[in-house]
Amino acid sequence: MSVLVNKQSRVIVQGFTGKEGTFHASQMIEYGTNVVGGVTPGKGGMTHLDRPVFNTVSQAVREVGADTSVIFVPPPFAADAIMEAADAGIKVIICITEGIPVQDMVKVKAYLSHRGSHLIGPNCPGVITPGEAKCGIMPGFIHRPGHIGIVSRSGTLTYEAVDQVTKTGMGQSTCIGIGGDPIVGTTTREAVELLMNDPDTHGIIMIGEIGGSMEAEAARWIKAHGTKPVVGFIAGQTAPKGRKMGHAGAIVGGKDDTAEAKMKIMTECGIHVVKSPAHIGKTMYEVMQQSGALV
Amino acid sequence: MNLHEYQGKEVLKQYGVAVQEGIVATTVEKAVEAWHKIREQTGTEYVVVKAQIHAGGRGKGGGVKLAKNLQELKEAAASILGMYLRTPQTPGGLEGPGKLVRKILIAEDAYRPDFDACKEYYISVLTDREKQRNVFIYSTEGGMEIEKVAEETPELVHKEYIDPALGMQPFQARKIAFNLGLSGKAFKEMTKFVTNLYRAFLGADASLVEINPCLKTADDRIIAVDCKMVLDDNALYRHPDLEAMRDLDEEDPTEVEARKYGLNYVKLDGNVGCMVNGAGLAMATMDIIKLSGGEPANFLDVGGTADAERVAHAFEIILKDPNVKAILVNIFGGIVRCDRVANGIVEAYKKLGDKINVPIIVRLQGTNADLAKEIIDHSGLQVYSAIELQEAAALVTKVLKEQVKTS
Repeated sequence: MSVLVNKQSRVIVQGFTGKEGTFHASQMIEYGTNVVGGVTPGKGGMTHLDRPVFNTVSQAVREVGADTSVIFVPPPFAADAIMEAADAGIKVIICITEGIPVQDMVKVKAYLSHRGSHLIGPNCPGVITPGEAKCGIMPGFIHRPGHIGIVSRSGTLTYEAVDQVTKTGMGQSTCIGIGGDPIVGTTTREAVELLMNDPDTHGIIMIGEIGGSMEAEAARWIKAHGTKPVVGFIAGQTAPKGRKMGHAGAIVGGKDDTAEAKMKIMTECGIHVVKSPAHIGKTMYEVMQQSGALV
Repeated sequence: MNLHEYQGKEVLKQYGVAVQEGIVATTVEKAVEAWHKIREQTGTEYVVVKAQIHAGGRGKGGGVKLAKNLQELKEAAASILGMYLRTPQTPGGLEGPGKLVRKILIAEDAYRPDFDACKEYYISVLTDREKQRNVFIYSTEGGMEIEKVAEETPELVHKEYIDPALGMQPFQARKIAFNLGLSGKAFKEMTKFVTNLYRAFLGADASLVEINPCLKTADDRIIAVDCKMVLDDNALYRHPDLEAMRDLDEEDPTEVEARKYGLNYVKLDGNVGCMVNGAGLAMATMDIIKLSGGEPANFLDVGGTADAERVAHAFEIILKDPNVKAILVNIFGGIVRCDRVANGIVEAYKKLGDKINVPIIVRLQGTNADLAKEIIDHSGLQVYSAIELQEAAALVTKVLKEQVKTS
């Protein structure tokens, strides 16, 4: 078990024949991901990376049974690509693209609200279930199959946490990069909920950052419904107010979206909050040992 | 990207939003010309002189002045142009160095002829991250800080969410106008005002449009007296006209230079510089600098391609800050191989030569991390290397301690 993606996922890549799409699709295939084809409008009928190219997502769904899509389409066309995937009935849509206008995402969220798709991202590293499916741009080799689920708004900081977990001897069930934009498809709370309901996940690492209230919302949900230990970290404890720190979503506006405020709420909700990003893996290991989940 | 008040008002006018009329000026002579034009238009000699900088609370620092005649206009223009304006929102606040005023707006005194018959409101439109839709926030308590109003009298702050699929509906505009206690002509004017304001918000791909105060004049017109507009950087590609409004004078010159090289840099006040790939890891690295006894001197995301040229530019930018006493490089090589980054660092270091006069700690983790450490260790350069984040943190502490000893 795992969440969102696994060995059975039938994955297509939107923006398949572009530079980014080609590079990462081949990395995904090399990892063993079940990539069944790709979509580039106007290039349907071609073969790329030994897989069929389709003009539309619905064609890919019809002909090769695609149920998961990883999107590498440039920002001006990415919102459209997400809606096309949802319209075609793709269950898990993972949008890697960085730089989509916020108003495009407001529309996308409204469009998705009546459809059964799960959007991860945009502006994210993707989703990986180690040993089964790598749907994104993360380096596969740092992962190891196991029972720690990871939810994060960041890319390289997620790799950092993954690497630390792997080095303790534990592994990951599924790692979900939800993305660094102000409006994302799947919130921290929704991703945590998925992992909490996954029998194969025994502990959860939740990595947030300044800006917004997703971590506080997730923490309150964990307090009410949590059944597994959670370790949390918030990046940006030293970030000044009103300055955007790289990610479009990482900006301290009011007093509730500072790292300090988030860490306080998370601690109050029973999450093991670490101050140093160097202690994420170690703390998860200790917490798992204490809970008796590790033998 | 932030716009000046006068630029924001230009955008509003394009969408039919009524504004306090004004003309921007960069010299006292131009201000006098503007004054004559405004007098022709409005028939009064009264004008307001407003400093144009990217910060609110300008009135508190003496950046907004009423001039009742030409002489007063000249005096006000001369005193505001070229001043270093300190407001609660400029760097360092009222105690800080302030911001140089290069432009002033000569605006009609919209409160004439009957100040007491005027009424100020607060109206803003922004995207609510939690609800993931656009929202109007408005209040009868205009001209004050909305945060303060929300804290002290939350019942006076109203919200109106807009359906993303349908857009703003007429009943919503009416609701806003009624909740602001308006009737008759002013009511009608307000429904028009907020409807067009929303069109402007969408049309400009703004992330915030704040009108504070929004004024009901003595003759029941509704106009924007001030305008704060923030645009979505991600959407600028479809608004070249708005992109052209960018005022580089308002931005930190080093940050502007960094952007040219594809580096995302934010200057801070600390003593340890950092160079990181990825925004989240960069913030986490700043945090670990603090936990190691230092203070971060900057945020710097080098992005996905950490080649020698970029790394060299990044070093140069960090070293422009004289407060930097050490630099921590933290790269997690996923797709990008650490040995290539290590070679880039060595090359950049050699290229910059003696310009680098502070200790550098390099932490490379990920693909070929061991090889990278070897390259750094055998480069003969004064560079400390680490693989684990905790090791790097310990090295920051060590380096800072040694500096205290030697100084």
